[in-house]
Amino acid sequence: MLRIIFLLLAALLAFAPANAQDADLNALLETYRTKIEKPSRTTIGPVLDALVESQLPGVAVFLEKWREKELWQRKSDGRFFLVEKADGGKLMLIDVATGEQAGLAEKNDLDNLKPNSGVRGVIAGALVQFQLSDPDPERRLQALTALERAPDASHLSILRAAIDSEPDPAIKARKERLQRLLTIQFGSDQARRVAAIESFAGDPGVDARAALNPLLATSIKVFDTAPEGVNVARLLTPGSDIDAEAAYQLLVDAGKARPIVPLADRKQALIDNIENGMVAGTPVAELVSQSARDRAYLALAANGTVPPLVTREEQRQAVADHVFAEVYAEPDPVLTTAARETLANISGTVGFYQFLDLALDGLSLASIYFLAAIGLAITFGVMGVINMAHGEFIMIGAYTGYVVQQFIPNYTVSIIVALPLAFAVAFLAGVALERLVIRYLAHRPLETLLATFGVSIALQQIAKNIFGTQARPLTSPSWLDGAWVLNDVVSISYIRIAIFVLALAFLGLLLFVLNKTRLGLEVRAVTQNPRMASSMGINPDRINMLTFGLGSGIAGIAGVAIGLFAKVTSELGSGYIVQSFMTVVVGGVGNIWGTLAGAGMIGSLQKLIEFFNPSNTLAAQTYMIIFIIIFIQFRPKGIIALKGRAAGD
Amino acid sequence: MERSLFARQPSVLVFIGLLALFTIVITILSEGFGLGIVSTSFIKILGKTLCLCLIAIAMDLVWGYCGILSLGHFAFFGLGGYMIGMWLMYERTKDIVIASLSGGELPATPEEITEAIGTQIFGVVGGAEIPVVWYFADSLFAQLLLVVLVPGLLALVFGWLAFRSRVTGVYLSILTQAMTLALSLYLFQNDSGLRGNNGLSGLQNIPGLTEVSQSVVSAWFFLASALALGLGYLVAAWVVSGKFGNVIRAIRDDEARIRFMGYPVEAYKLVVFTLTAVIAAIAGALYYPQAGIINPAEIAPIASIYLAVWVAIGGRGRLYGAVIGAATVSLLSSWFTGGQAPSIPLGFYTIDWVDWWQVLLGLGFVLVTLFAPKGIGGLFDRLVRKDAAS
Repeated sequence: MLRIIFLLLAALLAFAPANAQDADLNALLETYRTKIEKPSRTTIGPVLDALVESQLPGVAVFLEKWREKELWQRKSDGRFFLVEKADGGKLMLIDVATGEQAGLAEKNDLDNLKPNSGVRGVIAGALVQFQLSDPDPERRLQALTALERAPDASHLSILRAAIDSEPDPAIKARKERLQRLLTIQFGSDQARRVAAIESFAGDPGVDARAALNPLLATSIKVFDTAPEGVNVARLLTPGSDIDAEAAYQLLVDAGKARPIVPLADRKQALIDNIENGMVAGTPVAELVSQSARDRAYLALAANGTVPPLVTREEQRQAVADHVFAEVYAEPDPVLTTAARETLANISGTVGFYQFLDLALDGLSLASIYFLAAIGLAITFGVMGVINMAHGEFIMIGAYTGYVVQQFIPNYTVSIIVALPLAFAVAFLAGVALERLVIRYLAHRPLETLLATFGVSIALQQIAKNIFGTQARPLTSPSWLDGAWVLNDVVSISYIRIAIFVLALAFLGLLLFVLNKTRLGLEVRAVTQNPRMASSMGINPDRINMLTFGLGSGIAGIAGVAIGLFAKVTSELGSGYIVQSFMTVVVGGVGNIWGTLAGAGMIGSLQKLIEFFNPSNTLAAQTYMIIFIIIFIQFRPKGIIALKGRAAGD
Repeated sequence: MERSLFARQPSVLVFIGLLALFTIVITILSEGFGLGIVSTSFIKILGKTLCLCLIAIAMDLVWGYCGILSLGHFAFFGLGGYMIGMWLMYERTKDIVIASLSGGELPATPEEITEAIGTQIFGVVGGAEIPVVWYFADSLFAQLLLVVLVPGLLALVFGWLAFRSRVTGVYLSILTQAMTLALSLYLFQNDSGLRGNNGLSGLQNIPGLTEVSQSVVSAWFFLASALALGLGYLVAAWVVSGKFGNVIRAIRDDEARIRFMGYPVEAYKLVVFTLTAVIAAIAGALYYPQAGIINPAEIAPIASIYLAVWVAIGGRGRLYGAVIGAATVSLLSSWFTGGQAPSIPLGFYTIDWVDWWQVLLGLGFVLVTLFAPKGIGGLFDRLVRKDAAS
């Protein structure tokens, strides 16, 4: 308690006017003058300790100015001063201890002390305790961040002292948390450490796990008999828990067994002992297998020319004669037990949050697939037309966004302009494709597939000829940078949230258009029975054209969205085409909800596979496609299959 | 009375005759055997084209005759190439390794040789162990068997799954495309055991024939490809000419009706699918030793779609149409993209065919689909019929 009062006093007095007894600080500085003049990282420690120990007011200011290279030394007597600019190019000296003005001085009579960055870092560490009680909350937060980055045993008591006086509840909570973390790592009282460990149960923070994991660090040790006096994590059975060869190597390392002569050394020994084309009586030409070599080596060993082999039996016996155990570095079993239980608890919580994160990732991927596939679902599902050029409409949309950004430098405005423009451009391209090609291929789906593929390679190459092969950037506005962070496990970038919102908006829009408008009614009528629809006064030609345009236009918008996070190249679309077809087929043709279900399933499935095999997205895609092939076995018409007449082929 | 194959299909005799004539002429003109007028690199191009013609026949059989638009036959082609490539690469590496180890002071043990081969082949993907799939790699016979077995089994299993659940039409096309994509993505991985995106290389060097010059080897491969094409053509013609051919054509035209008539439609489709997969694999096994390198990009879905393009341009449902299509488009393609085609200056812009060939191909393909659905073969038919009429 006394200490806290002292510290508070120190902090207060650092900014208050001087006090008579402060003359001591100058004396103290005088003691360490040479070390302060020429500081180094290694020698500065004792100086700082002494300064901090002295509890003198003015120390905080002194350290701070020193760190900021604003400390000056008078050449004549070596005293340290702070300075202020005065008239006539002179400097006003300020006493370090009292903060009072101590007369003017010429710049030439003073030396400016400029410690190097290493020293400044050490000073900053010492300053922490002053900063933790600083009246400015911003600086207290900075000090806390510095502590979190480089925790040290010496900080624990300082931090504990600075908690009670903290007025801000948020900062207090953070101090409290850091205090517990430091207690786990550096505390001396067992009960207190256990309490600190257990307080982190269910906490998903990375810092908590980082503090707990070192407690559970183990190493494998060898014992002649059952281990005693050490904190054993578990006993290891050679052959199952630990490789027999690794176990023998441990014995060798512990000096309890003879080292095995490595294969390369044995070979070298044979080579060294070749005499007249013979090794120990065996002609070199006969040493064509490992067993022949081993025999020759054994013969050499019998002569005593080379170190003898360790036989398998010897190895087995040596391993069997010893006990292997994983031993905690931490000697106190109470602590390790508490840490293990808390970590198990944490991993449950982390698992939940990871699942949440995975679900968010899957949702975001699903919304991308949905955007890419929904246009296809309309043309494929409603018109029965396979449009292989759909991916190129996505590409057209992305390039439209890129071109717009060349003319409108403001990213926010350009995105707002690009979205409808991409829709318009892709809409026109779609209508042109429908009028010029697809119309003539009605009821010949395979031919349509091939013809649109021809269009696809032509469009891709044209884009390559215009924009080149290098990737073009489509920059998102700055308000979409960054990510929404829930905790250390769950976070999602704003762009992905925006794409999710966009996908939702299009889902709503399409449902509205298809179910509530005249156009939607006519589209559904043409889907179900074009001839009947046309006898009711609907022009199927016009409807087909508009439907195709609508599907293509949405692909254009998807292109802008995809371009925001992927590089815009001429191959942008073709990367999505197979996935889009999969989405439509898995979901069920001719149904927006089906596409949604398909996108949801494929997106979450891909993320799930990636979660189990994170290093390999290629494998994830492979497994996913195989899964889809199998899935189609069981539901050939997709998740949501149309029933009745609407399903008629 | 059953008439012979040639009596029923006179075009087969014409085709075989033309192929034989072409092969003999080219062989005589080649560097390896005769006059040396045709360069070795061109012989390789011709040999590869013959292999592409063979896979086009397979494609025509499965699509043009049976109505299954498979976008996965290049996967079988590539697998055939990988299977033979494993033997070529393993044996050649083994020769090199043994030669380099024989300089050592002790004779090399089998373990050392295996380890050195592993490092040599898989060092590039960060491995040294020889993966399990290479178990038979030192046996030419086993790998030749695998050329047929692996793609055949894949086609059998995939086809059985797909046909059994009545996946037809465009759905089947997309499904086969997905299979191809899955396979190529799998092979792109470094731990697939087939060297990831590096693929297999140095396949033009035939183990044990190091002294024989490439001009002779290429001529042999050219002859083998021609032989395979001739045999493949005969098999395909025989398949489509008999009762089996009638059934699969009927399946193409109206699957449901044939099923109602009691034919096991799925079995017929499965036979055709698997048979063509095997033909494609054999074509691939002949193609890649001439190309010298195979990597997963060869199996990308786009390649299989190009195959469909060749057959469509050549004319579906005619075996010679497939050959004409594959030969024309692939030779034209290498001519245009090889930079040999003259650029067309328009004053304000110069059309460089390296850049614009794809556009021409794509649009030409659209035009063929729209206006000449029977392809080049259809034009042939019209000419022949006119002759017959006059």
